Amino acid sequence: MFDDEGMDEIRQIFLEESTEGLDVMESGLLELEPGTADMETINNIFRAAHSIKGGGGTFGFVEVSDFTHWVETVLDEMRSGERDVTEDGITLLLESVDCLRGMMDSINAQSDYDTPRISALQARIVAVLNGEADTGVAAAPSPEVVVPPESAVEEKPSVESTDNVEVEVVVDESVIGLDVTSDAEPVSETSVEPFQPDVNTQTDTTVETAAVVPDVETEIAVLPDPEDIAPEVVPAAKAVETNKAEKSGSESGSSIRVNVDKVDSLLNLVGELVITQSMLGRFKKEFNVNDLSDLRDGLAQLESNTRELQEAAMQIRMLPIKVAFSRFTRLVRDLSRNMGKKVKLELLGEQTELDKTVLEKIGDPLVHLVRNSLDHGIETVEKRLAAGKPAEGLLRLSAYHEAGNIVIEITDDGAGLNRDKILSKAIERGLVGEDEQITDDRIYMLIFQAGFSTADQISDLSGRGVGMDVVRRNIQDLGGRIDVHSEIGQGSTFTIRLPLTLAILDGQLVRVGEETYIVPLLSIVESVFINPERVNVVANNQMLYRLRDDFLPITDLRAICGGYYRNMSMDVDELDDKLLVVIETAGRRYGLVVDDLEDQQQVVIKALENNYRHVSGLAGATILGDGSVALILDIPSLAQRCFNELDEPEQQASA
Amino acid sequence: MNEEQAHQDGGIDLNPNALQFLTFILNDEEYGVDILKVQGIQGWSKVTPIPNTPDFMLGVINLRGAVVPIVDLRKRFQLDNVDYGPTTVVIVVKVKGDDGERVVGMVVDAVSEVYNVYARDIKPSPSFSGSISTEYIRGLSMIENKMVILLEIDSLVNAGVLDMVPGELVV
Repeated sequence: MFDDEGMDEIRQIFLEESTEGLDVMESGLLELEPGTADMETINNIFRAAHSIKGGGGTFGFVEVSDFTHWVETVLDEMRSGERDVTEDGITLLLESVDCLRGMMDSINAQSDYDTPRISALQARIVAVLNGEADTGVAAAPSPEVVVPPESAVEEKPSVESTDNVEVEVVVDESVIGLDVTSDAEPVSETSVEPFQPDVNTQTDTTVETAAVVPDVETEIAVLPDPEDIAPEVVPAAKAVETNKAEKSGSESGSSIRVNVDKVDSLLNLVGELVITQSMLGRFKKEFNVNDLSDLRDGLAQLESNTRELQEAAMQIRMLPIKVAFSRFTRLVRDLSRNMGKKVKLELLGEQTELDKTVLEKIGDPLVHLVRNSLDHGIETVEKRLAAGKPAEGLLRLSAYHEAGNIVIEITDDGAGLNRDKILSKAIERGLVGEDEQITDDRIYMLIFQAGFSTADQISDLSGRGVGMDVVRRNIQDLGGRIDVHSEIGQGSTFTIRLPLTLAILDGQLVRVGEETYIVPLLSIVESVFINPERVNVVANNQMLYRLRDDFLPITDLRAICGGYYRNMSMDVDELDDKLLVVIETAGRRYGLVVDDLEDQQQVVIKALENNYRHVSGLAGATILGDGSVALILDIPSLAQRCFNELDEPEQQASA
Repeated sequence: MNEEQAHQDGGIDLNPNALQFLTFILNDEEYGVDILKVQGIQGWSKVTPIPNTPDFMLGVINLRGAVVPIVDLRKRFQLDNVDYGPTTVVIVVKVKGDDGERVVGMVVDAVSEVYNVYARDIKPSPSFSGSISTEYIRGLSMIENKMVILLEIDSLVNAGVLDMVPGELVV
């Protein structure tokens, strides 16, 4: 019927629509409150499920439509009020969403379905439909029991409505799901022979489970004992995440969905540009001096058209941060359940938009920070009550724009960072001198050091000490920075500042000698005139500048840009009437000496690697309005250089 | 004089058996570059110097929106510096690197000619103690009784120029 290409296209359309539908289902399910039947939400979920079922049928993905049929039936009963909306019910439906996602992935990869998983879940749904309690999602520690009840066997035709092969595997998977303790609920005689649990197969079946869900293999390996089958929630949660990660990875090279309004405004602007062009175009034929003001007007219009067009084109790449935030509703729900904590997740500013590339890359660091907050930050219910806090912890993710940057805050009202513990660990590791006086915020920044962990016990979530440094590096790679603020007993706040886009940077042009360099505006705290009296020279020829109550190490950009200004050494007398640009990066401040400050402007970043290679200290280059090239300074690496010089003598002394 | 040479003397032709080389002058020697690698020739314009690079790396220029590094071949081959004059030009070449193509400009004293060179006329370079290592030389060829040094531009630009780090790091 279709040639391969046509089929491929249809498959893609189906997958895209279904993935959207699944997102709708998932967010809808997470909105549902157990005990209340919010008709609108249930209807939304139902409609999404229905479209997936319809699509599956139309495009020939029978397995998808069959499976969705059962999900739809449950939803239909909820909709008509025949079934209460329960926590377990929601969990079962969420698992079904995951399962459907898995099927979509299989379709995408053109691989086989994960039939055992599908059938097992389907059997559970059927069981629930028949009025059995869904034992598969019982509270975390209790074993998973999937016993197809008598009625299910009676209703066999429905199960058989799929095909024989599948029925057989149902048997298989039921065995997997069974647990030793399942003999508490004896299997009825009428159920077919293979459904009988065989205690001896226990160990094997666990292994089998691992094989069935390859993505989760490592997590499974962490589980303590095959006897002690872990709550299904854990692997499921991990699986969700892995899926998401894979998804975002595969998406990077693919299409982007753009709001029609944005495309319309882009087209409008192009229309205006054409008008401006035709207005200017007539000067090509004839031009006399009287037209000069017209020409000037036209050029001004062209300028504003260009700027607006640039902004509109950038807008196309902008997506609401909701895309990154949405996964946390599920993640927090599953993780907090698993850890036995009560956590309320608050999402603010979900409509804040940022560049697609930034959005894709910020996902993982955010997941890490959220997990940290759940694992280390928010305490267990008992501890919270003992500390006089409400039993339910609060985790807030908020995003907002601030001066051309996007700010993302992760706030929890948990225990806060343990200042003394971090400090003693840091002293133990030689990161901080024993008598050194450092500010609290500086102490908290230490958690971003590679290999730094204060956790006494390593959990499977966090505590290995790899992570926060990766988080910081990821954020710095995006040209942003992360800060942490914490109060013991009150909670902590991580603040991430990111540029709106990677392609364009807000820059401060500075003049050094005859050259113009660009300092990312984001990293500049302030600029001051240098008063040579406030400059102190310490060991290793390092200069410190006394700014109010702080001593800042300062570096002369003219000396750093040594390739050209090789012969210039820093001389205190020379610093008169120069400017000091105070830079903050990685929680430390330092000053750059420049000759003059010029404009602030947005610059388009061009990588030096394209035609040359990476040059340490430079983040790239840009082309200025006059056509000349200006280099963009890499503030973190310059800071590294500056602080290494400062730290080295100390380390030698302490060694 | 055989037929092929007659062609040569008569100017450039598009003989598919021949290789075309653009030649340029550097310190009175004539060097040849495979013309398929040449993107363009342009006059000298101001460069933006890059700190912490070898001194033969003059800096970068804006070449139609791309940031392109400019190399002074005199400095690279440790020849005496001369002031840039009206014939000083930048030959822009596109070479294959490890990860894609790179566009680089080379400052030379003057551009000379385009010659047809037949593969059999390219003689291997004797190892001579010049400043140009033989690994960057494809061979020598006698053209119109002049010796032309044919450069292996890919390796010269990649290994011999772009990948070289400054010997003296000034921090």
